[in-house]
Amino acid sequence: MSVAFLEIDHVSKDFGGVSVFDDVAFGIAEGEFVTMIGHSGCGKSTLLNIMAGLERPSAGGVVLSGREITGPGMDRMVVFQNFSLMPWMTVFDNIRLAVRAAYPDWGRRRVGEWVQRYVDMVGLTGAEAKRPAALSGGMRQRVGLARAFSTEPKVLLLDEPFAQIDALTRGVIQDELVRMWSASRNTVFMVTHDVDEAILLSDRIALMTKGPGARLTEIIPVKIPRPRTRAELIDDPEYLRLRNHILHFLVEAAQRPGATEVEIAASMGRLPSQTSK
Amino acid sequence: MGGDRLRVVCYSLLIGAALLGIWQASVAGHPAGKGLPGPVAVARTAAEMLAHPFYDNGPNDKGIGLQLLASLARLAVGYVVASLVAIALGVVLGLSPALYRAVNPYIQILKPISPLAWMPLFLYTIRDSGWAAVLVIFMSSLWPTLANTAFGVVNIRRDYLHVAAILQLSWWRRLVQVILPAAAPAIVAGLRISIGSAWVAIVAAEMLIGGTGIGYFVWNEWNNLALTSVIFAIIAIGLIGVLLDAGLGRLSRRLAWSE
Repeated sequence: MSVAFLEIDHVSKDFGGVSVFDDVAFGIAEGEFVTMIGHSGCGKSTLLNIMAGLERPSAGGVVLSGREITGPGMDRMVVFQNFSLMPWMTVFDNIRLAVRAAYPDWGRRRVGEWVQRYVDMVGLTGAEAKRPAALSGGMRQRVGLARAFSTEPKVLLLDEPFAQIDALTRGVIQDELVRMWSASRNTVFMVTHDVDEAILLSDRIALMTKGPGARLTEIIPVKIPRPRTRAELIDDPEYLRLRNHILHFLVEAAQRPGATEVEIAASMGRLPSQTSK
Repeated sequence: MGGDRLRVVCYSLLIGAALLGIWQASVAGHPAGKGLPGPVAVARTAAEMLAHPFYDNGPNDKGIGLQLLASLARLAVGYVVASLVAIALGVVLGLSPALYRAVNPYIQILKPISPLAWMPLFLYTIRDSGWAAVLVIFMSSLWPTLANTAFGVVNIRRDYLHVAAILQLSWWRRLVQVILPAAAPAIVAGLRISIGSAWVAIVAAEMLIGGTGIGYFVWNEWNNLALTSVIFAIIAIGLIGVLLDAGLGRLSRRLAWSE
């Protein structure tokens, strides 16, 4: 078997002797969009942080184009669930912080133009001088996306990026993500608990069982041609089949001893706001 | 809102007038030269002093403006140096929890010591009363800023530090663009407490060292039994204190941010 562009090589993580997840192994091809779905506490965000270099695995490792990840790097950018914008900086300065970090040799003017390009791309023209506190959740995450895309990373790591955005805005921003990703074709790894979102966006979907001791059970290819639109998706038989398959998996996983009704409901996508990391 | 404000100002003026009235009434019965001077006498002295605030007739007779400037100069040096040291140390402690815990017991012991208690040691070691007073200011404005900075840095949300790590910011960029602005509200709160305690300490320190300064002035006027001057100096000390605090209040509003 050849080594993938981004190889998650038998990664395990435990905290204080308790296994969060165990022996997770899969590869992501260059330009591929892979989503991981699992219950709260299955460690999917932890795995993402390991890929980002913010945490170390207890065993195994992650290899990006032949080199093991030992810490954070500009080749991987994270879009955070809680946006993680610097609240003391304006929209423009938040993105500029990233651009200057990514292109240290660029002059002031070139950096400014580049930032403006991404501000325009996410539709925040006119809001450059605002601080995050003055923006809605949706607008904040647009800044988060602009910040991540502006550095042109090899890998984008999306940590439940739409979980804190209201349902109506969520669709619009998902479409924006698709548009930007279609142009840039970064390799993407996303974690979510939203089944529809996973099917709409992904090339493949990885399913994790419940923690502790979570395991990767299967990776399902999404054989729905792009571009996909929400409207077409609803009637697509492949979409319905996938959706049922994933929901059954999640419900069965949730019905293992210890799962609560809230978690089951959350896995069905009915209570997205109640599930957090 | 406008009406509310007007009412507050009216009440404030009324309370002020009432206090002055009580003061005047309580001293009115005494013959001149006995008992406390009243507001009218103090106002007369104030007018004289403010007419020539910067005169200099030798070491024991200087205008109140000069004395205040001497105190403010000491305050500036001691406070600025203490603040720089406290912020630097606070950031280091805030970023290293183990060191913070190791150093914290010593801070806790040093913090409640009146800055004036150090005075004999300063006088003995540096043998210069002016610099000893500056060091007293240094000691009095060190701890609140240090404690607040360390607290502010410890409580910086990990997300911001994660972003800094992902962007691989240099330590300088990380400090200037992430750590200091994130902790700025806490740091300025510390600076504000510090300048208050420094201004309190300077008066006492100058009473001890003599020579110049508003504290020395108060003590000198007491020795001259010039109570009107003492009372006016007390009022001046209060007003300067308000101005210092207002300046830092402004800084705090500028550096404030909300999530």
